[in-house]
Amino acid sequence: METDLGYWIIPLAIIGGAIRVSTPFLFVSLGEALTERSGRINLGLEGTLVFGAMSGYALAHLTGSPWLGVLAAALSGTLFGLVHGVICSLPKVNDIAVGIAMMILGMGLAFYFGKPFVQPVAPDLPAISFGWWSEIPQVRAALEVNVLFLIGAALAVLLWWMLRATRVGLTLRVVGDSTDAARAMGLQPAVIRTCATAVGGAFAGVGGAYLSLYYPGSWNEGISSGQGLMAVALVIFARWNPLACLGAALLFGGAGALGPVLQSVGVSEGYYLFFAAPYVLTLGVLIATSSPTQAMTGAPGELSITK
Amino acid sequence: MLPIGALLAGCAVFSLFLLLQGKSPAEFFALVYRAGFGTAFSWENTLSRAAPLLLAALCVALPARLGLVVIGGEGAIVLGGVGAGFAGVLLSGEPAGVALPVMLLAAMLLGALWIGAIGALRHYRGVNETIASLLMAYIAIALMNHLVEGPLRDPASLNKPSTAPLNEALRVGTIPGWNVHWGLAFGVVACVLAWVLIDKTTWGFAARIAGGNVRAAQVQALPVGKLILSFTALGGAFAGMAGFFEVAAVHGSANASLAGGYGYTGILIAFLARHNPLAIVPVAILLAGFEASSGLVQRRMDLPDATVLVLQGFVFMAILMSETLYGRFKVFAPERWRTV
Repeated sequence: METDLGYWIIPLAIIGGAIRVSTPFLFVSLGEALTERSGRINLGLEGTLVFGAMSGYALAHLTGSPWLGVLAAALSGTLFGLVHGVICSLPKVNDIAVGIAMMILGMGLAFYFGKPFVQPVAPDLPAISFGWWSEIPQVRAALEVNVLFLIGAALAVLLWWMLRATRVGLTLRVVGDSTDAARAMGLQPAVIRTCATAVGGAFAGVGGAYLSLYYPGSWNEGISSGQGLMAVALVIFARWNPLACLGAALLFGGAGALGPVLQSVGVSEGYYLFFAAPYVLTLGVLIATSSPTQAMTGAPGELSITK
Repeated sequence: MLPIGALLAGCAVFSLFLLLQGKSPAEFFALVYRAGFGTAFSWENTLSRAAPLLLAALCVALPARLGLVVIGGEGAIVLGGVGAGFAGVLLSGEPAGVALPVMLLAAMLLGALWIGAIGALRHYRGVNETIASLLMAYIAIALMNHLVEGPLRDPASLNKPSTAPLNEALRVGTIPGWNVHWGLAFGVVACVLAWVLIDKTTWGFAARIAGGNVRAAQVQALPVGKLILSFTALGGAFAGMAGFFEVAAVHGSANASLAGGYGYTGILIAFLARHNPLAIVPVAILLAGFEASSGLVQRRMDLPDATVLVLQGFVFMAILMSETLYGRFKVFAPERWRTV
């Protein structure tokens, strides 16, 4: 059936694109939210994301199973998180600077080991079609939702509940808000923060696996365009709330989908400028939500960027 | 001496990494020596590569003396290069004595505005400068792609979109007697000037106080805002200058080669030099040597081109871990992260 959707295709494609593009944002921002709630910031998630993309793709190619790839990405992410967490537990080491170093190291290792996997093909992750009710192919395409996005959305709810209502969540929040209070309760802040960073790294690794195994669905050195970094800013925008992270990730995904969508309908003027939309949006959000005089609401008290 | 120890420790971890894959670290470092520092030719190659690194490292080191971690120097390099390339096209009929200074000024001004804006956002809005600077680097690269593929594109550049090539007269030549372009001399002078500024002037002294303790600086009525703006803008101007030399001395036009990662290597150099402008000179030359040897290492040892990046990552980790060994700190005091 031939249906002319005219310019309606743009919002439709943006919605579909938002879901597709947002998944890595979602996973990285959930991981970063967890890490930051414990009072540390891990800027190295960009490197973790790229390494997760490489290791996930490599293992999926070697074993033929995309889910083993996701597992490998999560494990390598955990490892990167552990390294960051342990090094930052040393006295007087700055977590932001270590994050920058981890970013360089993660990308270096990913490119180093990923060289032989640029050509081969790995199996894709499965997607579920929610567009069966529609006859229009564009609607169907837009509602093709990857399983990882659904897992990520479920994780957002789970984390939100965990932080709010469980012992683990309360422990994490105490450590994040006051090292002294946590110590007084007999908690070990350094250990808890290291664990939170490791779990956050695992999430970022999974986000990377989504990049290489679903969208865009191949491994190359330009696979990430700063999603890992934008997700860090996104967490600030989402006020460290996992549920808000889901919304923010969708918004950023939509901005990221703008460039490819406009290109697909033939708008080539200013193509590269639309590609900058997510970065401009991130920066705008940062400027709008920061304040020179007061701490941000909802910010963990021990977080170095908001102190 | 700690940074040297950390550098060696990083190299040691990297050697272990090579050994695990059955590659010889001895061969690697011998190749680096040969390709980077072995002959007069390799020295010239290394020094030519060091020029933009010196300037990019200053873009990190100057704000760092105020406690700001600005890591988006790449953006200023890219925009400085586009500015210089565009100015060069506009002034193609003018004598070099007029056109070159204008191109240099355009590049430095763009860089200063770009990084200075990050300082302004930090001071007036409390925006985290690390994240903002990286985001602005991505925006700068997108802007450059837009400009060289769109409005400023030379129709004759087919495979690699570029601005129109510079008039031969507007190319920056080499230092007499050497096959190294003038960027090196400018870079070294910039490092010396930055050192004089920080260590020998009242303004630099004020910056070090503000970097050490913002509250103390405010109690003394030091102009913290002006310090932040001037240091970030100056760092950006130096990064823009690096873009100018990349265009006027190396590429001959502005294109995507400008985003060659100098800004990111500059971060590592600044940290290794502990943000001391004089120490930047030897460190930048050393890392330029590593980068110069990348091609030879790839061919001889069958290692991927990312090998140098891995080495840089290990060294960077080692240098940060060595911070824990210091008794006192200039850059990483927690007070610095508190909003001014």
